[in-house]
Amino acid sequence: MTKEDEIDERSIILLCQRGDKQSYGRLVEKYMKRAYFIALGLVGVHEGALDLSQDAFVRAYRSINKLEADRKFFTWYYQILRNLCFNYLRDAARHAHPFSKIGENQINNIIDSSQDSSLQVEQKELKEAVWKAMDELKPHEREIIILKDFQELSYKEIAESMDCPIGTVMSRLFTARQALKNKLESYFND
Amino acid sequence: MTDHNSTSNKERSYQLLMGAVDQELTSSELKEFNHLIKTDPGFRKEWEQYKKLKEVTQAMKFKSPPKEVWDNYWMNTYNKIERGIAWIIFSIGAIILITYGLFKAVEAIIADPQLEGIIKIGIIAVLLGLVILLVSVAREKLFVRKSDPYKEIQR
Repeated sequence: MTKEDEIDERSIILLCQRGDKQSYGRLVEKYMKRAYFIALGLVGVHEGALDLSQDAFVRAYRSINKLEADRKFFTWYYQILRNLCFNYLRDAARHAHPFSKIGENQINNIIDSSQDSSLQVEQKELKEAVWKAMDELKPHEREIIILKDFQELSYKEIAESMDCPIGTVMSRLFTARQALKNKLESYFND
Repeated sequence: MTDHNSTSNKERSYQLLMGAVDQELTSSELKEFNHLIKTDPGFRKEWEQYKKLKEVTQAMKFKSPPKEVWDNYWMNTYNKIERGIAWIIFSIGAIILITYGLFKAVEAIIADPQLEGIIKIGIIAVLLGLVILLVSVAREKLFVRKSDPYKEIQR
C-alpha cells in the first residue's frame, strides 16, 4: 500500500466513523476478495467463507469507531475475521468439505512447456498431493501459508494482522512449511 | 546454556531460511544467510527444498466464485448491516412491550382476590423469569460480545 493509499484509506475510515455507509462500501469492495479467499482457505466451504467474511465486515462496521487512527483497516478487520473462522471451525461437523475441492489446479504455470509427459503427470500428482497436504495441516499452520503464499502479504502485514512480532511470523511460517514439506516427503526429500 | 544457544541458533537459522525463501531479508540478514549457505551443506539443502515448496504453494489458486458473488457482495453486506440495526430496534421495542404487558398481567394477578397466594407467587416467578431470559437472549444475540472466549485464539 502506497502512502497516498494509506491517506486515502484513513479519510475513508473517518467518513465511516461519521456513519457514512457508502464510504464503508468502498472499503468492503477493496478488501472483499482478500477476505473471502482467506476465509475460504480457513474453512474450506464457499458459503461459509462468504457468510463469515460478510459477517466480519458487519461486525467491523459496528465497531468502526474503535479503529485507531494509526491502524490499517484490513489488519484490524482480519482479527475479527479469523476469530469468526476459528469459531466456525470448532464445529468439526461443518468442516466436511476437503480443502482439495476449493483449489484451482494452476500449478501448471510453473511447469516448463518443454517437459515430457511423464514429468507433467508427476506435476499433476504433486498439485493434488499439495492440496491434500494443505487439507491435513492444522488450521493455524494453514492460515499462515494462505496469508503468505496465497495472498502474498508481507511479513509486516502478517505481523500486524496476527498481532505478533515479525520474528514470530517467520518462526510460524517455518513450522507450517515444515509440516507441509513432511507431508510431501516423497516430492521434497529427494 | 549451550543447549539454549544451540536452540536459539536453530531458531535464527529457520527465520533466515524463511526470510530468504520469501525474499524479505534485510542486507545484514542476507549476509548472515549467505554465510550459512556457504558453510552448512545441510542448511543449503533445506533452503533448496523450501524454495521448491514455495514455488509450488505460490502458484496455487483458489477457484474463483461466479462474478455475481462480487457484484452482490457489498449489497448483501449492506443488507446485513441494515437488518442488524432493524433487529436491534425491533427487539428493544418488543422487550419494552412484552415487559409492559407482563407488568400489567402481574398487577391484575395480584389484584385478583380469587387466586391463592401461592399461585400468584408461582405466576409472578414464571413471568419474571421469562423477562430475564428474553433480555439476556436478546443481549447475547444482538450485540457483539465484548468477552469472546476465543478472542485470544493462537496469537
